Amino acid sequence: MTNPKNAVPPLSLTAELTHRCPLHCPYCSNPLELLGRDSELDTAAWRDILTQAHEIGVLQIHFSGGEPLGRRDLAELIEHTAGLGAYANLVTSGLGLTESRLQSLVDAGLNHVQLSVQAADAATADRIAGTRAHHHKLIAADLIRRTGLPLSVNVVLHRENHDQLAAIIAFAEELGADRLELANTQYYGWALQNRSQLMPTAEQLAAAEPIVQDALLRLKGKMQIVYVIADYPEKYPKPCTYGWGARQITVAPDGTVLPCPAASAIRTLQLENVRERSLAEIWYESSSFNAYRGDDWMSDTCRTCDRRELDFGGCRCQAFLLTGDAAATDPVCHKSPDRGVVDLILAEPRRTGFVMRSPSR
Amino acid sequence: MTPRIRRGVRLSHDAVRNTPVILHPEGVLIPNATASAVLALCDGERSLTEITDLLNARYADVRPEQIRDLLDRLADKQVVEWT
Ligand code: SF4
Ligand code: SF4
Repeated sequence: MTNPKNAVPPLSLTAELTHRCPLHCPYCSNPLELLGRDSELDTAAWRDILTQAHEIGVLQIHFSGGEPLGRRDLAELIEHTAGLGAYANLVTSGLGLTESRLQSLVDAGLNHVQLSVQAADAATADRIAGTRAHHHKLIAADLIRRTGLPLSVNVVLHRENHDQLAAIIAFAEELGADRLELANTQYYGWALQNRSQLMPTAEQLAAAEPIVQDALLRLKGKMQIVYVIADYPEKYPKPCTYGWGARQITVAPDGTVLPCPAASAIRTLQLENVRERSLAEIWYESSSFNAYRGDDWMSDTCRTCDRRELDFGGCRCQAFLLTGDAAATDPVCHKSPDRGVVDLILAEPRRTGFVMRSPSR
Repeated sequence: MTPRIRRGVRLSHDAVRNTPVILHPEGVLIPNATASAVLALCDGERSLTEITDLLNARYADVRPEQIRDLLDRLADKQVVEWT
């Protein structure tokens, strides 16, 4: 096997076990063409992926989706992960989490749960989820707390729930979260489709700052808070995690291997599938993982910029979605020749009425 | 003062990188030799003083402030907590 870009071993793998989900959140970053049950990998294939991932250095598995609880083999896959000595994290909406189901996951070796919450009150939350989801969060959080597992609560922020920020923080405290992630919507997949409806106002973003600062101080040592800002209004883009193809692998329900969860959006990328090639070869040799490693691919704007080691030129998926060129400087950056695209979007009148996430016909 | 490894944090050895690793909800940390030695002694029972004494028996000149500092940094990273 060759390693033309001197890549280092990956650290984590996101296993998108399924696209099926009982919720219909319009901010979902899953692709618009959701995969059905018949294209999902079977248990043996997932076990093999986990083993291969561990062999090339992966230490952490994030079981995600869709709703991973929709897979009957979840406990078996967690058990396999634990057997390898890797860390098993579950990213869930909490729907379908009963006491016995959770116990089977804990017995299998689950290490941590991330529970999504849509809003502070049932009416808003259920409207965003497109189903009666909110009351399940209380039950799920209580069950998780009783197992002694650490609990993170994840909330995606947008125009419909930004005004409730203080109440959302209080709700997470009530749920007994060890950690709260408040992430402004990133526009991929369904979220991109709903961007105009989701985009917070400048006033909302300004009002959020002191609320977050206050909570950070007040809850220090009790509940850790991570606030992910909205990048469009910023001067600099968000960093592409630790760099493209640097740490993480995502495997989609059908075995497509992605350098990041949103990467299927980049139509110019030649994605490969674990059914056809080993994970090691895909990690080290594939054109998709090598495409944006290092800085050779960068535009002159980024290649001559001091910040390139910090943000890696910003998000490749966003560059592609907004400029049509995945190698372009992230147009959020004020140095990008395409910054005008982002300013136009920010200035557009905002639409209302969500396109809810639903399976393709 | 007694340091304890937080819930959801696991200490492990990574064969690929041949190094001890700290696995926690947000990711992976690679501790240096001192941090590894200290963490291995954090059983939730031993106090800071006892840990320092044990380390002193093995290595020369371990100061309690040093260990306190290191554990405080690990506490900031949500790896340990004080009880
Ligand atoms: S390309 Fe964009 S979405 Fe993908 S990891 Fe980088 S920043 Fe995230
Ligand atoms: S020019 Fe490129 S590297 Fe520099 S700040 Fe902008 S996106 Fe980042």
